[in-house]
Amino acid sequence: MNFESELKQGRFVVGKCTKCHNTNWPPSEYCSKCFGELSYSPVKEPGIVIEWSSKDGQTFGIVEFEGIRVMGAIQGTPKQGQKAKITNCTFDGSPKFTFSVF
Amino acid sequence: MRVAVAGYSNTKFSLDETPIENLLVSATKQLFHNTKNLEQKDIDAVLVSTNNVKRYLAPVLSELAGIAPKISHSVENMCNSGTNAIVSGFSYIASGMADVVLITGAEQAENPGQILDWDSSRGEFQHPIFWGTIFTKSHKRKFGTTDEELAYVSALNHKNAQDNPYAYNPKQYTIQEISESKRITEDLRLLDCSRSCTGSSAILLASENVAKKYTDSPVWIEGIGQKTTSAGFTKNDLTSIESTIQAANQAYSMARIRPNNIDVVEIHDAFSVCELMILEDLGIVPKGKAAKLVPELYNTNNKKINPRGGLMGAGHPLGATGVAQIAEITSQLQGLSQKRQVENAKIGLVQNMSAAATSSTVLVLKN
Ligand SMILES: [Zn+2]
Repeated sequence: MNFESELKQGRFVVGKCTKCHNTNWPPSEYCSKCFGELSYSPVKEPGIVIEWSSKDGQTFGIVEFEGIRVMGAIQGTPKQGQKAKITNCTFDGSPKFTFSVF
Repeated sequence: MRVAVAGYSNTKFSLDETPIENLLVSATKQLFHNTKNLEQKDIDAVLVSTNNVKRYLAPVLSELAGIAPKISHSVENMCNSGTNAIVSGFSYIASGMADVVLITGAEQAENPGQILDWDSSRGEFQHPIFWGTIFTKSHKRKFGTTDEELAYVSALNHKNAQDNPYAYNPKQYTIQEISESKRITEDLRLLDCSRSCTGSSAILLASENVAKKYTDSPVWIEGIGQKTTSAGFTKNDLTSIESTIQAANQAYSMARIRPNNIDVVEIHDAFSVCELMILEDLGIVPKGKAAKLVPELYNTNNKKINPRGGLMGAGHPLGATGVAQIAEITSQLQGLSQKRQVENAKIGLVQNMSAAATSSTVLVLKN
């Protein structure tokens, strides 16, 4: 299962090691702890808002899912530690995420 | 084997589109001009520090400078390529493989080292301003750092750059001008950001057996620390730079000094907030207190921190920055920094980092 092709289908998947069960980030072919094979599955939602800022009225920030932190656009007015879900994700040269906070 | 900085050179930083080869040769030519008794045949290794995509630039520079070295290769690690090259040169000498190493760093203003396109964790937010603004927001939140305190960092660096003849934009700005400069993000103004520019700088490293041939006042590299924590921004703690903390501890331990022994410092002020985080993480001030130190330095004309104007004031030619930092500390410890001179400087420190603060190098130098 390929991170980029899944993301293009709107699914944010991460690799879990079939040997040591480590959740791996960034996407890779093998586990960064034990070089075991990875099995990719969608991240568990909701995530947690870690930090954010804005540019030209667009809020963006870091959201953590299962210990994995990624940056994306944020809809709504975030608060630290607030829950967030993925409203949109795709891959176009780089990953693109949109989160909404609740 | 002790290793000395036995020579150095700078060229004027600019926004010119000078070819990389010309930049490399300019700094090298200037180093030969500045250094007594140096002949091409003395040089055992030529290391080029750059993010430029042209290949085998160290052999190219060697040929253009009439050097036929044993060892010749590039060193690239984004914004701290320069100090990485110096650590490599140090190691060649310390291991006995070389006595004299030339390190030339050069970059063009437009270069591929500016964007971390590999880092998936940053999504579409790949430009450095996005990690700069997140660090700034977190520092404000945790320590109550104000926009005015951040403006002092830029004011101090630009003020220091006034006395640096190689700075790309030696212009002084008031706190008000900085606070009212173009808004880039919610937490960053234009004058809170360093700027990628064109420039080159060179260093001659020599073993203690031969250093005195080239200089009457060698400056010794006494402490080295390096740490890479990851290659992705979001794995950072957002209010401190773990790679710098660990690199500093290694360097202090090797040099047998404490942070309060340091007389003059060159740090990697990519953004205003970075200077505060680095001063704290080097242990020069307690955590959360750097924002109070910087206005004090500014108001008392104290040049201890970034006497050449830092990346913000002098400009940031990526591959040359770490080399220029070493050149400045060497000149300070030789008492040759003229208007920038920190009085009676004996111990100097360089902190250079890359890839959204995930890699740091810290060097301690003594005269
Ligand atoms: Zn594993």
